Amino acid sequence: MSDSSQALATHELRHHFEDMEQQRDASSMGMWVFLITEIMFFGGMFMAYLLYRYEYFQAWQEGSQHMNFWIGTINTAVLICSSLTMVLAVLAIQQGRRRLTSVMLAITICFAITFMVLKGIEYHEHWLAHEFPGSAFHFAGIDPRHVEMFFVLYFVMTGFHALHVLIGIGLVSTVLYMNSRGHYSADYHNPIENVGLYWHFVDLVWIYLYPLLYLIGHHHVG
Amino acid sequence: MFPNFPIWPVRAATSASNLDALFIFLLLVTGMVTIMIFILVTLFALRYRHDRVEKATPILGSLALETTWSLVPFGIFLIFFVWGAVIYFGERTAPADSMDVYVVAKQWMWKLEHADGQREINELHVPVDRNVKLIMTSQDVIHSFFVPAFRLKQDVLPGRYTTLWFHAIRPGTYHLFCAEYCGTQHSGMIGSIIVMNPAEYEAWLSGGGGEGSLASTGQKLFQQLGCGSCHRSDTQGRGPNLVGVFGKPVLLEDGRTVTADENYVRESILNPGAKIVAGFKNIMPSFQGVVNEEQLLSLIAYVKSLQGSQPGGIVSNRPAVPNVSVRPRVK
Amino acid sequence: MASASTITAEREHYLNADYGFRSWLLTTDHKRIALLYLISITFFFFIGGFFALLIRLELLTPQGDLVQADTYNKLFSMHGQVMIFFFLIPAVPAVLGNFLVPMMIGAKDLAFPRINLLSWYLFIVGGGVMLYTMLTGGVDTGWTFYVPLSTAYLGTHVVLAAVSIFIAGFSSILTGLNFIVTIHRMRAPGMTWGRMPLFLWSNYATAIIQVLGTPVLAITLALVGLERMFHLGVFNPQLGGDPLLFQHLFWFYSHPAVYIMILPGMGVVSEIIPCFSRKRVFGYEFVALASIGIAVLGFLVWAHHMFVAGISLYSAMVFSFFSYLVAVPSAIKVFNWTATMYKGKIYYSTPMLYAMGFIGLFTMGGMTGLFLASLGVDVHVTDTYFVVAHFHYIMVGGMVMAYLAGMHFWWPKISGRMYPEAWGKLAAMIIFIGFNLTFFPQFILGWTGMPRRYHAYTPEFQVLNVLSTAGSTVLAVGYLLPMVYFLWSLRYGKEAGDNPWGAAGLEWKTASPPPTYNFEETPVVTWEAYNYDELPEEVPVVG
Repeated sequence: MSDSSQALATHELRHHFEDMEQQRDASSMGMWVFLITEIMFFGGMFMAYLLYRYEYFQAWQEGSQHMNFWIGTINTAVLICSSLTMVLAVLAIQQGRRRLTSVMLAITICFAITFMVLKGIEYHEHWLAHEFPGSAFHFAGIDPRHVEMFFVLYFVMTGFHALHVLIGIGLVSTVLYMNSRGHYSADYHNPIENVGLYWHFVDLVWIYLYPLLYLIGHHHVG
Repeated sequence: MFPNFPIWPVRAATSASNLDALFIFLLLVTGMVTIMIFILVTLFALRYRHDRVEKATPILGSLALETTWSLVPFGIFLIFFVWGAVIYFGERTAPADSMDVYVVAKQWMWKLEHADGQREINELHVPVDRNVKLIMTSQDVIHSFFVPAFRLKQDVLPGRYTTLWFHAIRPGTYHLFCAEYCGTQHSGMIGSIIVMNPAEYEAWLSGGGGEGSLASTGQKLFQQLGCGSCHRSDTQGRGPNLVGVFGKPVLLEDGRTVTADENYVRESILNPGAKIVAGFKNIMPSFQGVVNEEQLLSLIAYVKSLQGSQPGGIVSNRPAVPNVSVRPRVK
Repeated sequence: MASASTITAEREHYLNADYGFRSWLLTTDHKRIALLYLISITFFFFIGGFFALLIRLELLTPQGDLVQADTYNKLFSMHGQVMIFFFLIPAVPAVLGNFLVPMMIGAKDLAFPRINLLSWYLFIVGGGVMLYTMLTGGVDTGWTFYVPLSTAYLGTHVVLAAVSIFIAGFSSILTGLNFIVTIHRMRAPGMTWGRMPLFLWSNYATAIIQVLGTPVLAITLALVGLERMFHLGVFNPQLGGDPLLFQHLFWFYSHPAVYIMILPGMGVVSEIIPCFSRKRVFGYEFVALASIGIAVLGFLVWAHHMFVAGISLYSAMVFSFFSYLVAVPSAIKVFNWTATMYKGKIYYSTPMLYAMGFIGLFTMGGMTGLFLASLGVDVHVTDTYFVVAHFHYIMVGGMVMAYLAGMHFWWPKISGRMYPEAWGKLAAMIIFIGFNLTFFPQFILGWTGMPRRYHAYTPEFQVLNVLSTAGSTVLAVGYLLPMVYFLWSLRYGKEAGDNPWGAAGLEWKTASPPPTYNFEETPVVTWEAYNYDELPEEVPVVG
């Protein structure tokens, strides 16, 4: 390894660790444990969703038919692409290609912002259609109370997910900035890997949300 | 025992006698174990006090001991478990000949109604030596119907019915407490269960009411709200025939089979689209906001009273094909 | 006699390495963070304790004549919330755990020192919101927030209280995360899992629960808050929801939470008994695995809080069965601690008195748990004072005594001073007596039918209530004593030396108070835990 990256590595070693390997292992493990807590957090919402879906399946179908299928599908593609660019960013820094890393991180952020914008448009549509739960809710079909429940879970689950996307944008921006200042190299890029882990998790949650919210009853179509 | 210093609640129902036997067994076993631990710790502390012992004896462990003191307690626990489960099962399964009493809880009082129309507030008069089943719901938050003398308790929920049954064995007056924190006057939501000899109970019954039985109140409401225009007692109605329905399995449109109990009838009135009977369309309007909890209970009592001659089996009458119904017409 | 402070002042250690507010409020030293926590949780303990005293005062008479009904409801609600979320859950892990975990494994700090500090700040912010809630009218949901009462029928600061606990929950999650990574990745050379002190095993098991369970509480509280603010119907039957769903989600965390509270205390006891018996723990592997067993099984029993709530017969039976199963590892621990004392060389130090008291009182609390796990019995005693007595035996008779045991045991290490031993023993005995007088009558009250959360009660329950209140005043005196003499010892206590107890464990191989980086050199461990057969037979300090 080159002298400059060795110096960089020593500079980054925190005082309570014995060596960089221990530091890297610890920080990866920390991110994995954190993601497990996130699984439990979303898990509570998924449980609520599954229980009500079992009880009120027809209302769930009704609600799902009122989702914007195209925005949901495009957003799924957008997030999957953003995971791809995130992986490419990690690969790039593993090869020491800092500029390429920055490009990939920037594209990831663009995809993420696209996701948020589309989500915003979608939420706005629901608001206009009186599908936002609470006093403004109005539904003309069957079982309106339980269709409202579907929308409650839709907004809560996608809302917390969107919050995590927002935090992810912040994290990716941070490592993009740090990379542009030369903090990372082929030998030291743990924070980018950890942010990558977080980002993939956020994507994975969406991959579960999409069929559960958008695709109920859609097997009839086509 | 002492009126101002009770250490054992009075036993006023069969459920109390059943439970006390298990409780005493638990007391004895756990008491012995606790005393044993106390004695051992004290004994070891005294016998092996530092000035009486040269040097501690290193002992790493003993697989035999570990196995013993894992399996033996677990075996004893299984006895506690099975015995408790048997009691619980019995308490949750009301006998078929129980007399029904309907309870509506609200912040902060108990409203009770006997099947023949007698209404009570915070008091329940029952005859001794009869099975009594309470069908309970709440108008607002979760409450809990607790009678220490019977050793029985059941949470009372909004939006559904829960039941509790008992068989009183001793005339007297016993505490009724709300046992689920329900707001400001939770500790004021108390009353009495008054268990009476049969003669006294008859006398009490004939002293009031005046409105007719709960089922007849329900029947009037049924007609008033126009339920009979769809729920006809033949196969021509746009809604299912309700005669003999109560307590039987019902086939739903989505393929599920549910039992037509109190909760089902209530849901069908308030949210008919949730469970549509096979062969019928989702056209029944909701009566949410139109009927209150007491009225719902009277409608349920009425539906219960509609007993035609009933063969067993799944109910699924289909008006589209005439006379497929498996039950004879009832007048 | 020369003041002890002149001697310790000559050597640099973590307390004098740097001065000023910034050096404390921006510290990343796990030992300083532990002390920050110590001050914070002690503060909340006395607030929660003050509420308890008011409750007991009200219950002297059957009528509700001291405070109004709404005020009483706020008192027991906030007593529970403060004691559970701002005292019991952090106590041992955040104070003793933070201080000792790195030292016991031979590390210089936890894996993530800045996250450790963040953890404390989250605790302070959560605590601040809770204080604000109290000062602006309080909350009367009960610590259990049952719906639809808390979402649709109360006019108090429900959302604020939920937010405060939500924030404090993240403090707990981050502490757990830190401990897990530290124990996995930062053990000194030679410190295998099988050589770790049991205190570490207990904190590790606790950390697993914190990490897996607390997020579910977070989402549950978030849903309660959202429901209340936007009039949603997630849990409200009138709007299509299910109040039982709340109970399942809430207890899914809150049952394992009680193991978060007790496991660290068990870890403390596992350190103290061998030290003052001068021998290894009997059945080390069994005690270690029992901790993990409790953590895992503890996630499978939550609906035993719901036996009369309206769950199905069959699920009730499953939960009753698992509740008996989870009692087995706790029993194993009690038997192993007792067996450790057999043929030991017992010293009656203050920590040992507390530890022995723990064994007795935890056993009683645990035995009464067996009553509650039995479906038929639970129907009668749930939601009565029987349950209140049960959990106070475990939490106060067990956990608080274990916490005090640990504070006395490690005080010399933390401060470099000895507390006055005679006063320590006196306080331990006052606490033991006061505790039993307070809570034993409550078993009888519950069995004879007195419901919990009652502001006023029927007259026949008065005698036992008076006994209980009398006990609580004794208990309060017992708790005040250590506050006073610990502070006194900071200035006048005898200097402790590295290892006043002659105890095993890496933390005793370094100075008291320890240097900022804990060890001069990274230790290399070649011995088993609790190697008391290789250590001096005598406990130097205690007679």
